[in-house]
Amino acid sequence: MAQAAHAGHAPEHPTSTGLDNRKLLMWIFLGSDCLFFGSLIATYLINYGKSLVGPYPHEILDIPVTSVSTFVLLLSSFMFVLSLAAHTKGDYRAFRVWVLCTVVLGCTFLGFQVFEFQQFVHEGLTPRTNLFGTTFFTLTGFHGAHVTIGVVWLLSLFFLSLRGKLGPDKNLSVDIAGLYWHFVDVVWIVIFTVIYLSGVVAGAKAAGG
Amino acid sequence: MTQHHAETPLAAAHTPSERWREKAHPGPATYAKAAVSLIFLTGVEVVIFYIDPLRSIVIPLFFILSIIKFALVAMFYMHLRYDARLFSWFFVGGILLATSVIVGLIALFKTIFV
Repeated sequence: MAQAAHAGHAPEHPTSTGLDNRKLLMWIFLGSDCLFFGSLIATYLINYGKSLVGPYPHEILDIPVTSVSTFVLLLSSFMFVLSLAAHTKGDYRAFRVWVLCTVVLGCTFLGFQVFEFQQFVHEGLTPRTNLFGTTFFTLTGFHGAHVTIGVVWLLSLFFLSLRGKLGPDKNLSVDIAGLYWHFVDVVWIVIFTVIYLSGVVAGAKAAGG
Repeated sequence: MTQHHAETPLAAAHTPSERWREKAHPGPATYAKAAVSLIFLTGVEVVIFYIDPLRSIVIPLFFILSIIKFALVAMFYMHLRYDARLFSWFFVGGILLATSVIVGLIALFKTIFV
C-alpha cells in the first residue's frame, strides 16, 4: 500500500533544491561515513594475514553466533520501517511498539558484540595482540559505537512520542533517524561478508584447512 | 525575504516536483518482502559457507550476495528508490570514494585474500 502522504517531506523553508536541508545533510553525512568505514575496512584488508602471532581470524571468529546477530540487526531494520510507516499513518501507539522492538533488537546486537569481545579477550585476542586484533576491534568497535548512538537516538524518539512531542510535523525526524539506523545495518552487511565470512574462508585456505 | 527566495529562478527550477522528483514510499507489505529477501540471502550466505566444494568460488559469491543485500536495504528501507535522486548521488558518491580507497590501498600494498 503506497502512502502518498509520506512521499517527499516538504522543506521547512524554501531551499534551492526544493528538498529539506536536514535530510540532505543526513545523506551527505552518510556518504562521508561510507568513506570512514571504507578506510577502516581497507586498513583491515591491507593488514590481513600479516599478524606475526595468533589468534588468527579463522581460529577465533564464530560464524554461527555472528550469523544470529546479523539476523537480529536485519530484523531491527524491518522493525524500524514498520515504525516509520505507523508514524506516517498517525498510529503513534504502533510507532512506539515498533520503535521499542527496534531498540530491543539493537541492544541484543550490542549484547552479542560484548559477548564476542569478551570471548576474544578470554582466548587471548586484544587490540594489542596482533594486527588482526588491532584492525578487527577498531572496525567492529566503531560499528558498535554507531549502533549505540542509534539506540540512544531511537530511545529519545520513543520518549518524545510518549510525551506527545512527535506529532505528524515530526515525521521527517523519524525518517532521518531511520536513515541512520539502516546505514548501520548496511555497514554490518559489508563487515559480516568481508571480515567474518570471507576472512574465515581465506584464513582457513591459507592455513591449508 | 523568504518569499523572495522562493520566487528566484534558481528555486523555481529546482522544485522537488520537477528536478528532484519523489515517489510515494512503500508500505509494510513491500518492507516485509524486502525483509524476507534479506533473511533468505543471509541464510544462503551461511549455508554456502559450510559447503566445502564451493570453497574456491565462495568469496566472490559472498560479495555478490552482500551487494544485493546492501542494495535492498538502501533502495527499500532507506527509500533511495523513491526519494529524490540527489540523495542517491551523495550516498553513491561516498560508496564510490570508499571503494576507490579500498581498491587503491590494496593495489598499493598488494594484499587481498580473494
